[in-house]
Amino acid sequence: MVLQTKEVVQQFGGLTAVNRVSMQIEDGQIVGLIGPNGAGKTTFFNVITGVNTPTAGSVHFMGEEITGIPAHEIVARGIARTFQNIRLFKNMTAQENVIAGMHTESQANLIDAIFRTKRHRTETLACEQKADELLELVGLYAYRYELATRLPYGHQRRLEIARALASSPKLLLLDEPAAGMNEQETADLLEFIRRLRGMGYTILLIEHDMKLVMSICENIYVLDHGELIAQGAPEEIQSNPRVIEAYLGKEG
Amino acid sequence: MNSIYQALAKRQGLVQILLLAAAAVFPLLVSNPYVIRLSILSGIFIILSLSLNLLTGFSGQISLGHIAFYGIGAYTAAILSKNFGLNFLLCMVAAIVVTALFGLLLGLPALKLGGYYLAIVTLGFSEIVRLVEINWMELTNGPLGINGIPKPALFGIKLSSPRAYYYMCLLLVVLTIVVIRNILESRIGYALGTIRGDENAAKFMGVNIFRYKIMAFMVSAGIAGLAGAFFAQYVTFIDPTSFASDQSTLVLIMVIFGGIGSLPGSVIGAVVLTLVPELLRSLMEYRMLIYGVVLVFMMLVRPEGLLGKINFKHIRQRCTAEPPDGKEGS
Amino acid sequence: MFFQQVVNGLTIGSMYALVAIGYTMVFGVLKLVNFSHGSVFMVGAYLTLELSLALGGNFFLAAAMSLVLTGMLGVVIDRAALRRLRVKKADRITALISTLGVGTILDNAVMIGFGSETKAFPNVLQLGRFTIGTTVISWVQVIILALALVLMAIMSVIVYRTQMGCAMRATSQNADAARLMGINVNQVIAFTFFIGSLLASIAGTMYGMYYEAIDPLMGSVISMKTFACVVLGGVGVLPGAMLGGLLIGVVEAVGASYISSGYRDAIAFAILILVLVLRPQGILGKKVADKL
Repeated sequence: MVLQTKEVVQQFGGLTAVNRVSMQIEDGQIVGLIGPNGAGKTTFFNVITGVNTPTAGSVHFMGEEITGIPAHEIVARGIARTFQNIRLFKNMTAQENVIAGMHTESQANLIDAIFRTKRHRTETLACEQKADELLELVGLYAYRYELATRLPYGHQRRLEIARALASSPKLLLLDEPAAGMNEQETADLLEFIRRLRGMGYTILLIEHDMKLVMSICENIYVLDHGELIAQGAPEEIQSNPRVIEAYLGKEG
Repeated sequence: MNSIYQALAKRQGLVQILLLAAAAVFPLLVSNPYVIRLSILSGIFIILSLSLNLLTGFSGQISLGHIAFYGIGAYTAAILSKNFGLNFLLCMVAAIVVTALFGLLLGLPALKLGGYYLAIVTLGFSEIVRLVEINWMELTNGPLGINGIPKPALFGIKLSSPRAYYYMCLLLVVLTIVVIRNILESRIGYALGTIRGDENAAKFMGVNIFRYKIMAFMVSAGIAGLAGAFFAQYVTFIDPTSFASDQSTLVLIMVIFGGIGSLPGSVIGAVVLTLVPELLRSLMEYRMLIYGVVLVFMMLVRPEGLLGKINFKHIRQRCTAEPPDGKEGS
Repeated sequence: MFFQQVVNGLTIGSMYALVAIGYTMVFGVLKLVNFSHGSVFMVGAYLTLELSLALGGNFFLAAAMSLVLTGMLGVVIDRAALRRLRVKKADRITALISTLGVGTILDNAVMIGFGSETKAFPNVLQLGRFTIGTTVISWVQVIILALALVLMAIMSVIVYRTQMGCAMRATSQNADAARLMGINVNQVIAFTFFIGSLLASIAGTMYGMYYEAIDPLMGSVISMKTFACVVLGGVGVLPGAMLGGLLIGVVEAVGASYISSGYRDAIAFAILILVLVLRPQGILGKKVADKL
């Protein structure tokens, strides 16, 4: 099992944003997390990635408890994420953004840096090479020296995924990866996520695009008002009356 | 203009060697002590603005109290060399260590505070340091200052001619540039860049924000302390007026004038803004007025500073790589 | 002794508060620390003094003219040194440097125009003093404190009760949205500068009357102090600026007499740093969470 959350509760003052949510993700799975706006999906992501310490419950990753561990250490253990609103580093090129994501992959300290030791030099070369490979993977190699902010929107989303992959994660959390994309871009993204699974990544994604979620995820969790109201294969979810009432019902 | 930057970027190594050679032969061609003195002063401000740029420009931590570190370094070196007869090299090392520790101290609130809240804490810190310098008579001799600070000597040879000071200063400037550049080009530089760009996203790059902020404060402070130690041993007299908070803003202005996050910018900013008031000296009381006008004008015309948006590394990369296919090429 | 220091501190603190209000209002609408504000305060004091000399000692007319002129100076500063930067969407630190430049210009212009030496300031209100127990209170102090409180009340009414105040608060929350709602943002900003500078002028005049002396560098000290007041109270929060001003005034007066007058300014800053470490958003400031 890659990720296991047990009865996770997250309260902010009097508000319960996430209420006793348990989730299990097996190795190599693509799992979807859906629900109406304000259902607590991103808050749940924040608990897993160490932004917030949950009020109650626990999070286990690769068999070890990671509840309440700071965000940067969770990255080092192998969970990477993207953001609902793109958060690339503005002053950096595409390549530099990806290299920035490799922080946990290298060890050089201040002394190594100042004196340009062998360790520093080998790591730097390795990082550049790996960054170029990742950019190649997401189809942005030609743009590697462009400032991230000058890339078109769809490219920026892909760059964010490349940056998340840079830390060699076991589990990849994608927060609305298809948001703002047109149909063609979404189709490309779908293909890309399938490729990632083929490469051995385990993926948990929040998404509003039902077509994408239903066609790609083997297991779907549905949140509403912070509570888990359903869980199962896409077909089960599609026919679940509670889900239809809470979520799909509103759309059609 | 772009083609000039491209030409410079492509020949970066050559340009650096030429500049260094020019700086090296300069005191052999010019013997006017006033000019040498100004050059040394420019050098000190180059070191200060480079170190502040590391903190404010590259790590995003606005500091309005940078001069405090300069002062601490100067007093450390002055006291150690005068009262304890410590060799000037050891004084400089001691100044770096002591100021880096104060950098650690000032970096601690930076974990929780950002932006203007941090700015006022740094300003407050430098005011407190200055008041200690004024009031702690036993240690600093208060407003009277410390005079007769021993001049540097190595193996019994006095290094106190204007030229000797000039070359010492040049060496420190080059050292500072190399150290800061090496840090910035390493993974530490990337980590600092993520903190500057987006602190909340930085965490998810695996960057231990606290650790790198502290590191930025300590390195930046240590370098400023080194500049202070050199200053004390150069002028041989220091008093609290050299370390007032208007000097902090002066250094910040140099950084922003040259371009925030640009090392060549900091060098140019420091030199220009050290020389401009001197060149305007004949205008007497109008000189600071003109200085203010120049500053406002510069900000209005070029808000990002001289080289704020010019990244020579990016320009060089783009020149050498094949342009991206299709519409997005530039 | 203690109450004496509290009274003195409140007097100084109420001047800090008036200057801090201008600081914090400009910060509210522009998200900018206006470092020229201390110099505006100094110009206000000089205008009162020089106009009253020119008018043959008509102090109150001079003070009134000074506050209007100083208010206009604020508007001019915004128009000349800041508006263009807003249009260009420049970094905030750029605007900060621009205001530093304006401060330098004002300080030196006053030095050139009126001389750099300390000048005697007439205290026209020779109303004497009275004592409560062992505490000596001058009527000038009472008037300064009362006037400051009245002005703070008026400011609260303007900001929280009038249409202009509503527009100011809207601009401070989201300038783009405010513009879309038909608010003339530039006008709001100009108004903010006018009011803020006007208050600074009043504070400058009070300062002159209280200390009976002014000098061209009095602005830079006040600038630093009031910045501290603003941050202590919570940046961009009007009551925060008032509270921060009074608090720092009292703390440094009491601290200076009980600890050491040499460390007077250090005490204020030490308290500020302590408060910020415990409560990073200031006393009355709100915590802004960054949404992921």
